[in-house]
Amino acid sequence: MGEEPLVSTAAQILVLGIAGIALVLIVWLVRRGSLKERFALVWTAIGVGMVALALLRPVLDRLSENLGIESGTTTLFLIAILFLLGLVLHLSVIVSRLEEKVRDLAEAHALAEAAHQDGKSNKFEATVRPTDDG
Amino acid sequence: MRTVVVVPAFNEQDSVGEVVKRIAAAGLPAVVVDDGSTDSTAVEAETAGARVLRLPVNIGVGGALRTGFAYAVGKGFERVVQVDADLQHDPSLIPALLEAADHTGAELVIGSRFAAGDYAVSGVRRALMRMLARLVSRTVGSELDDVTSGFRVISQPLLRRFAADYPTEYLGDTVEAILLAHKHGATVAQVPVEMAPRSSGSSVSRVHAAGQLARVLFAMAVRSWGRNPS
Repeated sequence: MGEEPLVSTAAQILVLGIAGIALVLIVWLVRRGSLKERFALVWTAIGVGMVALALLRPVLDRLSENLGIESGTTTLFLIAILFLLGLVLHLSVIVSRLEEKVRDLAEAHALAEAAHQDGKSNKFEATVRPTDDG
Repeated sequence: MRTVVVVPAFNEQDSVGEVVKRIAAAGLPAVVVDDGSTDSTAVEAETAGARVLRLPVNIGVGGALRTGFAYAVGKGFERVVQVDADLQHDPSLIPALLEAADHTGAELVIGSRFAAGDYAVSGVRRALMRMLARLVSRTVGSELDDVTSGFRVISQPLLRRFAADYPTEYLGDTVEAILLAHKHGATVAQVPVEMAPRSSGSSVSRVHAAGQLARVLFAMAVRSWGRNPS
């Protein structure tokens, strides 16, 4: 319809640049072994999605118009923020689960160590064995 | 009833030895659960004659207690007295607490500093504690003044439940534990007990306390604490 594109070329280049750097970073982290492939896939998918949206201007523009958003960049940010919120929530769940696992492990370790020592010395058993307490 | 005293301790090297000695003087065995202390808490406790369980990392009072409960259950104890390591509770009062607990016949007995009278707490904190106490009392159906007290007696069969599952976060190990006991169908009662004011060093900051209070209220609102006897 001859309108100006809603996403500027500069913004496109910026998004592409950031996505490229992110991709390199992800691959590097996986190779170093500091990022699980499972997370790498999630991040790569998000990155590819962002790049696709940035490149497919007409799609983004039409989406923006339908949503009543003036700038396509804003739509891009909106989608990005929603993705990130979802991911952060997911990570909070994982952290909660890990905390619970650490707790279980720490307790099991303390009890196992005590059982090991009791087996060697019988010290505690001996002091509490008498059944004379009321 | 075979009884053991469980003392959760995190960096309490100055007081834990004295606590253990007083427990021994009361004629009871002591298990100190060292919650990943970075000082010589474990050594002090062991020197004083306690059985020490060492948690490799700091996991919170609730975790330390669950460890102690599990150990007690494994050793065939039928009753656990829970005492703080900072001398806020005087272990020489344990026999009196146990006797009073016997009279209530409850599985969870809470030593209440407010039921005993003149325990000084600042205004806002006191108001919040009172509000919490009222909320918990209403849920549990038993009059409780001091729901954050860590001076308690836990008996079987509740002890076994607590050994398997016990809340770990701040206020979780005190307030939520009462609600959990109720959920398991256990009776909860309180007896008056004298306590020293809490040493300021180990007390949590106000912001932290406010956050934790919000967390506990949220937990109370979201979870169902209805009676669920097996």
